[in-house]
Amino acid sequence: MPGGPAQDPGLMAPKAAGANPQPSGPAGTDTLAATPSLSTLSPANDGILSPWGRFVRKSPLAALVLQRLALSIALLFAVSLMIFGGVEALPGDFATTYLGQSATPQAVENIRKDLGLDQPATTRYFQWLGGALQGDFGTSWASRNSVSEQIGKRLGNSLFLAFFAAIISIPLAIGLGMLAVHYRDRLADKVINVFSLAAISLPEFFVGYLLILFFAVQMGIATFPATVYDSMSLTERLSAIALPTATLVLVVLAHMMRMTRAAILNVMSSAYVETAELKGLSGLRIIARHAAPNAVAPVINVIALNLAYLVVGVVVVEVVFVYPGMGQYMVDAVTVRDMPVVQACGLIFAAFYIFLNMTADILAIIANPRLRHPR
Amino acid sequence: MPEPSRTELLSVRNLKIEATSYPPGEPPKTVTLVEGVNFDVQKGKVLGLIGESGAGKSTIGLTALAYGRGGVRITGGEVRLNGQDLLKLDHTGIRKVRGAKVCYVAQSAAAAFNPAHRLGEQVIEASLKHGIMSRAEAEKRALYLFRVLGLPNPETFGERYPHQVSGGQLQRAMTAMALCPNPELIVFDEPTTALDVTTQIDVLAAIKHAIEETHTAAIYITHDLAVVAQITDDILVLRHGKMVEYGSVKQIIEAPTQEYTRALVNVRGTGREEAADQSGTLLKVDNVTAGYSNGFKVLQNVSLHLPKGQTLAVVGESGSGKSTLARVITGLLPPQEGTVSFDGKPLPRALKGRGNEELRRIQMIYQMADTAMNPRQTVRNIIGRPLTFYFGMHGRQKTERVKELLDQIEMGDRFLDRFPAELSGGQKQRVAIARALAARPELILCDEPTSALDPLVAEGILKLLLKLQEETRVSYMFITHDIAIVRAIADSVAVMHRGRLVRFGPKSKVLSPPFDDYTDLLLKSVPEMEIGWLEKVLKTRRMESAGN
Repeated sequence: MPGGPAQDPGLMAPKAAGANPQPSGPAGTDTLAATPSLSTLSPANDGILSPWGRFVRKSPLAALVLQRLALSIALLFAVSLMIFGGVEALPGDFATTYLGQSATPQAVENIRKDLGLDQPATTRYFQWLGGALQGDFGTSWASRNSVSEQIGKRLGNSLFLAFFAAIISIPLAIGLGMLAVHYRDRLADKVINVFSLAAISLPEFFVGYLLILFFAVQMGIATFPATVYDSMSLTERLSAIALPTATLVLVVLAHMMRMTRAAILNVMSSAYVETAELKGLSGLRIIARHAAPNAVAPVINVIALNLAYLVVGVVVVEVVFVYPGMGQYMVDAVTVRDMPVVQACGLIFAAFYIFLNMTADILAIIANPRLRHPR
Repeated sequence: MPEPSRTELLSVRNLKIEATSYPPGEPPKTVTLVEGVNFDVQKGKVLGLIGESGAGKSTIGLTALAYGRGGVRITGGEVRLNGQDLLKLDHTGIRKVRGAKVCYVAQSAAAAFNPAHRLGEQVIEASLKHGIMSRAEAEKRALYLFRVLGLPNPETFGERYPHQVSGGQLQRAMTAMALCPNPELIVFDEPTTALDVTTQIDVLAAIKHAIEETHTAAIYITHDLAVVAQITDDILVLRHGKMVEYGSVKQIIEAPTQEYTRALVNVRGTGREEAADQSGTLLKVDNVTAGYSNGFKVLQNVSLHLPKGQTLAVVGESGSGKSTLARVITGLLPPQEGTVSFDGKPLPRALKGRGNEELRRIQMIYQMADTAMNPRQTVRNIIGRPLTFYFGMHGRQKTERVKELLDQIEMGDRFLDRFPAELSGGQKQRVAIARALAARPELILCDEPTSALDPLVAEGILKLLLKLQEETRVSYMFITHDIAIVRAIADSVAVMHRGRLVRFGPKSKVLSPPFDDYTDLLLKSVPEMEIGWLEKVLKTRRMESAGN
């Protein structure tokens, strides 16, 4: 496909090829393009460019994605430092907590030596980091089990819950958001808004207890507690997690739905939506096909934040429903000062956050046709 | 007014359009935008709607699709398409008309195309959704239309995204989109206004060719009578939502009966002789090259000068580096090479290095007076600010001077405490001029100050600028893409093309032959108030290209 000068057969004399104007575009279309590296996309003028500069010009999309990846890895290292430093700075230590009344200086010293705490912090940091990079988070001080093994199981449970909450809440939020736009300022929109506001305002433990009260206690149609075992079948598991899933859906739904509504409403006043309307298209088609694709970037970001919450922030819900996930594991570890577990949980949570946000960033970049299909 | 007959495709009778306005601090009130408008469009004919902004042109054009933009309501009258009153249709009925029987071409195709979808998909969407043709048929028709409209590589054009093609091409693609479902009527809403003159002529020719090919009727909305004269059969002149004059092109252009129409036809009457002596140099731009950090050079080796009390017009299409030149002179963009001298002394390259006095002597007026003024400040503060900044004026002395300036721009002191939002477009530009004058500058850089204004208002601003020049001996560097303005006000002219100066000298020399290729193209592209001008120009072009 020719990207260069346009040929206008029979119509044009010497024409300023490529210098044609883009009549002042609307602010709306350019918000997506407001990524920092976009300035490097301007017309060809190969002066003094580094290899990286040439790569940016040739495939701007890949360059942006690579940038984000590199940034995420750097960020993860910074976070690992902060976690280690934070845990070091915590008052109290495992040995005194573990020994309780019988904490003689000698015994404390022995335990500290046992756990390798007598070595300098930098050595321990690099040992820990080296192990973590290979998937080995060390041994739990309290249970003497492998942290990785324990976390593997818990993380699986947490992800299982998060996954179901996500596949219900995301389509529901986007669908409701579109409906709210379609019926904007009418009854349906108001009902959706009030409902979502109420859901977002109630604390999750309260929602959880309400659901338990109605569905488990009074009607008796749901299982409580939501504890899952290895021996359970999939259907048993699903019925066990029904209530926590519902709680999580209610908590994250409102946020995503309101963002979807706001983002789509924002582009509903664009000229291209008017064009669609003047083509005689139906209201829902205009929203779904002409408005929504241009409102993707902010919505993706909110979805990523909520997904991260579903993995990382579910501590309260897990505790309420006695669900054996990561959150509960970490809370237990903090109370006994089981540092390897705390560090491992912290690092994994941080990794999830960074990974999800990076994915959101990259998806938002890909969703921008200007970057996907450079001139 | 004739009664609607069978041959009329669209007939509009007693149209009344209203909107609700919400003035701050007052109860909402209903404003009548359009009243008592009657017109007909015959099958296969083109009607031009002409008038300044606020005349209700677009609002009336959109009634053919029974559409009110942004809370505008059609409250009375009839809009009959093939005898059927569109205003009596329900929502579903209207949807069946839009995009099938009546289509719309917007002013800014760049904004009207959805950035997220390929052009081809958007062009055939209405045809498919209304069930007018199958996908294969629609694609075939789109290809045919791309060819008729002279788009490059018509076979693959539809695969592109809107940002991948130029503004002129987008405007033609939008015309293809409107023509695709075989509509009976197309509403063109200023389709070439946002384009450069050199591009405008191609788009105009393509549109004309396409409506002739497909025998589609059209309503063509514009504020430029010269453009409408090339393409329409009848013209309806509008002002303040009412009809001024309605007749054939020939009658309106050659024998207008109304005062207002006559003013529109003769709008380009301002003019003056160039100064005889152009040897002095107040401003001297010497071999300037400037660009951005990514290595792209926007200006290359530009040299020109401007004597005191005279006007230099800088012309060129968008992207030619006109505004960048102004940015270099003000110091907003330091040049990479070359120097700018003022009154014999070289100016510090960057804004930061310049003293108060150097700043005071060069002022600017912008294209969009709207965005160049703080909407939360009154006229008194806007004009008074430079008085305090440069001359340390306060209190009564300052107020007196602001009043004096308001008199100079022919507005008077009743505007002292108005906010920009309470002024019309022309008044805003006048306030911007007063703000520049307040500094008692020796040079004012005018960056297309009239291009966003209606022709009659623009003419008023030009006259004001000329008057002020006589009174204060100020020099202007006037950036424009409009040759008519150059003829009217310039002493010397600089023609720019893709960052280079292609021609510079006294007006009489620059605008007379022998021309270089670019200046020739630029001059020939300016529409003239003459029926058949477009055909004539296209014919000479064809002959030239055949000769080559």
